[in-house]
Amino acid sequence: MLVSVYRYNPETDREPYMQDVEVSLPEGKDLMVLDVLNLIKEKDQSLSYRRSCREGVCGSDGVNMNGKNGLACITPVSEVVSRGKLVVRPLPGLPVVRDLVVDMGVFYKQYQRIKPYLQNSTPAGGRERLQSPEDRAKLDGLYECILCACCSTSCPSFWWNPEKFVGPSGLLQAYRFLADTRDEATEERLADLDDPFSVFRCRGIMNCVSVCPKGLNPTKAIGHIRDMLLSRAT
Amino acid sequence: MVTNVLNYGRSGVADWVVQRFSALILAAYTVVMVIWLAVNGGELTFAQWQGFMGQTWVRIFTLLTVLALAGHAWIGLWTVATDYMKKGGVRVAFLGSVAISLFVYVVWGISILWGF
Ligand code: SF4
Ligand code: SF4
Ligand code: FES
Repeated sequence: MLVSVYRYNPETDREPYMQDVEVSLPEGKDLMVLDVLNLIKEKDQSLSYRRSCREGVCGSDGVNMNGKNGLACITPVSEVVSRGKLVVRPLPGLPVVRDLVVDMGVFYKQYQRIKPYLQNSTPAGGRERLQSPEDRAKLDGLYECILCACCSTSCPSFWWNPEKFVGPSGLLQAYRFLADTRDEATEERLADLDDPFSVFRCRGIMNCVSVCPKGLNPTKAIGHIRDMLLSRAT
Repeated sequence: MVTNVLNYGRSGVADWVVQRFSALILAAYTVVMVIWLAVNGGELTFAQWQGFMGQTWVRIFTLLTVLALAGHAWIGLWTVATDYMKKGGVRVAFLGSVAISLFVYVVWGISILWGF
């Protein structure tokens, strides 16, 4: 199978280029894209990419495969290959450090900005803060995010204003804490989001929903935040 | 990164509400105009047209629509500009000409409607 990989080593290359590699796949077995990258790396040690868990848990191997973002380790080659060719590029919109490795700095900055931790100044009664099963259920579909950045780097609004638009991943996390009955900072959190960029740059294109490897729905979470901002203002 | 003195720091909720509300006004005006033209259209005379536009409620409704249009266009184009125009100078020039055009339209609209 023909694999075309994005290569860029800022120390030796003047500009990025696509490298075509012929990879022989084992018969009768559908490899994951990460396996294919590993096969290439066996021959060419200079190829760089991130990976760790190889089972869709750590979120480190988000890449763009034939135009669609996803985790290389849980994406079967058969699902993305088109006309016998697999094209692997780094996540779009972030600066490339080398080959498939991108600088996630601005992505983490947005995550940090939404204060991704419980804020509660009331001393806990007893040993811990209890929640009813119903309240706990409100966090389902939010807490599972593994911060792989597949969604934010597929979002045009994030490409154009990564410093100001929080992006789908950060907003999903923001809503995770807004929806948490144990968190007391709802007002401060909303006040931090009520400008024309942070939330309202979301155009509802739903690229984020279509790529999330965890099947989460950032657009829905963003809708909830918008509703909270609206009712806060009225 | 976008920094825009013209608008930075304004409430996103306010923009959002103005955008929806002005869209409703524009839609309502369009419906009224289309219906009126469908009923009176065909051989429309100047007197008919002036009689219609001269009514106070039509004038007020038209003025409201002109203002809604200006607000709607401003927020929309400001958004587009801060998405796609990365050079500060280009954006300021663009938004400046938008602001002046919209202002001229509003003043011109008022002078047509209330004739002074
Ligand atoms: S729905 Fe919003 S956050 Fe998701 S990709 Fe579209 S603009 Fe981005
Ligand atoms: S919402 Fe999904 S795509 Fe986005 S960072 Fe979280 S797990 Fe990844
Ligand atoms: S290697 Fe951990 S998610 Fe793919």
